[in-house]
Amino acid sequence: MRRRRWSLLTLLAFGYAFLYVPILLLILYSFNESRLVTVWTGFSIKWYVELFRNQQLLDAAWLSVRIAAVNATLAVVLGTLAANALVRHRKFRGRTGFELLLTAPLVMPDVIIGLSLLLLFVAMQQTIGWPDGRGFTTITIAHVTFSMAYVAVVVRARLSQMDRSLEEAAMDLGARPLRVYLTITLPLIAPALLSGWLLAFTLSLDDLVIASFVAGPGSTTLPMVIYSSVRMGVSPQINALATIVVAVVTLAVVIAGISMRRGPEAR
Amino acid sequence: MPAPPPNRSTYEHRTSRWVNIGIPYLWLGLFFLLPFAIVLQISLAEPALAQPPYTALWQWVDEGLLRIEINLRNFMMVAEDDLYLSALLNSLQVAFICTLLCLLLGYPMAYAIATAPERWRIILLMLIVLPFWTSFLIRVYAWIGILKPNGLLNDALIWLGLIDTPLAILHTQTAIYIGVVYSYLPFMILPLYANLTRLDPSLLEAAADLGCRPMRAFLRVTLPLSMAGIVAGSMLVFIPVVGEFVIPDLLGGPQSLMVGKLLWTEFFSNKDWPLASALAILLLALLVVPFVMMQRLQQRMEGSRG
Repeated sequence: MRRRRWSLLTLLAFGYAFLYVPILLLILYSFNESRLVTVWTGFSIKWYVELFRNQQLLDAAWLSVRIAAVNATLAVVLGTLAANALVRHRKFRGRTGFELLLTAPLVMPDVIIGLSLLLLFVAMQQTIGWPDGRGFTTITIAHVTFSMAYVAVVVRARLSQMDRSLEEAAMDLGARPLRVYLTITLPLIAPALLSGWLLAFTLSLDDLVIASFVAGPGSTTLPMVIYSSVRMGVSPQINALATIVVAVVTLAVVIAGISMRRGPEAR
Repeated sequence: MPAPPPNRSTYEHRTSRWVNIGIPYLWLGLFFLLPFAIVLQISLAEPALAQPPYTALWQWVDEGLLRIEINLRNFMMVAEDDLYLSALLNSLQVAFICTLLCLLLGYPMAYAIATAPERWRIILLMLIVLPFWTSFLIRVYAWIGILKPNGLLNDALIWLGLIDTPLAILHTQTAIYIGVVYSYLPFMILPLYANLTRLDPSLLEAAADLGCRPMRAFLRVTLPLSMAGIVAGSMLVFIPVVGEFVIPDLLGGPQSLMVGKLLWTEFFSNKDWPLASALAILLLALLVVPFVMMQRLQQRMEGSRG
């Protein structure tokens, strides 16, 4: 029994090492003086300095952040509505189809989503003249379409765990459903909304393939810049950028974790 | 007898129904379902030197006659050219092997986390999710520095005296396996963990009381009960990996062509939109069966939970 426990723990440690060693190496080599990834020649922050002078990259990052923020907000609204539909309206016509449509974006390969949305936008532009050109709007629409599904999963789990008695009490006291939803339900599921928002934000910030399809010539997102610079040859600036991303994400996850614990109905 | 007037609460219920169901449905119908209809339509068209680069599928000829031209050229090309077939088969093979590897590595990890002391579980789980929140592209890129001929892995192996000449790993199928398992491992672990923590420990105690050895109890009790988690995790890895583009493009070589990359090339480099659409349709058709399997399973689990 004890030997089994040890082999299990060894595998677990191996798994974590597998997940983290590449990220740690990126962070380490972002402080490397040398241009080569494998040779350590001394501590330096010059790649960070260069990174903040790279205007193309900064513009792309700003565009990505704006898209991600708008996307996350819309995805939370739509995802929460969808979660409500599935948890609160147990039976309705077309429920199976609804669930199918909501699950599909979770697993659908990016190339198919990207291609199909671009073809839609092109067809729409031909027939109704909108969207006129592609960029911020089309990328945001594409991102909302796949990230609302992730939000729905998170919010749905929270909604179905929620204790309904507080809502019922409010109803008994004469509150109307909308008011109950806004003053009782939403605060109760707020932690799920926050983690859904962060999830949608990260997914959008991370997406290369779908954005590449639906972006116009003038709009380049951060992953598109990273991708082209990686393809042209390794640039140590990317290590610096990766380190900043890891730091920001870790901070956000820790904050979300703390707020989840402090949230109402905390376990 | 006239019907009683709808009171306010049913009216509001109806409104909330319309808002909750209608708005997401409308969005997904417009931006997820309709696009596939357009892809199907374009896959039946012919490429043309025009903007957009394909011929119209139907047009009105005079006297109110509708002419529809269905063109199966794209599907014929895919069926006749070995390149496309081998790319499709290779994608399935990569997805299958990677799913298996994820399962072999992910199951013990999920099991260890699920059986860890309660206060450790949330931290261990957080550590699984954290890389998933970090840029996917950058994590794949990190492997280039590790796997290349003068990269860290080869340097380490030479330093250890295990090999004399660097191994060629980058730009091979092996590199794709490593990259995919690395990127998709959390998708395997999370559903397995959720499933294993719901397992009733008294079943294992009962098995032990009846004289069952731990290994046998695992095989006869835990493994069959975690089947739903295994299927869910496997589908979450298998389906997206079949169409994966970034990992084969950055880590794979010319020998290991996958359908996602082929679709990308046909679309962006060859500007053959109808052929790219036909590839997308075929890819979708390949994924329908596993997807429906996953959906069924999910609904069954939902039903059993009440």
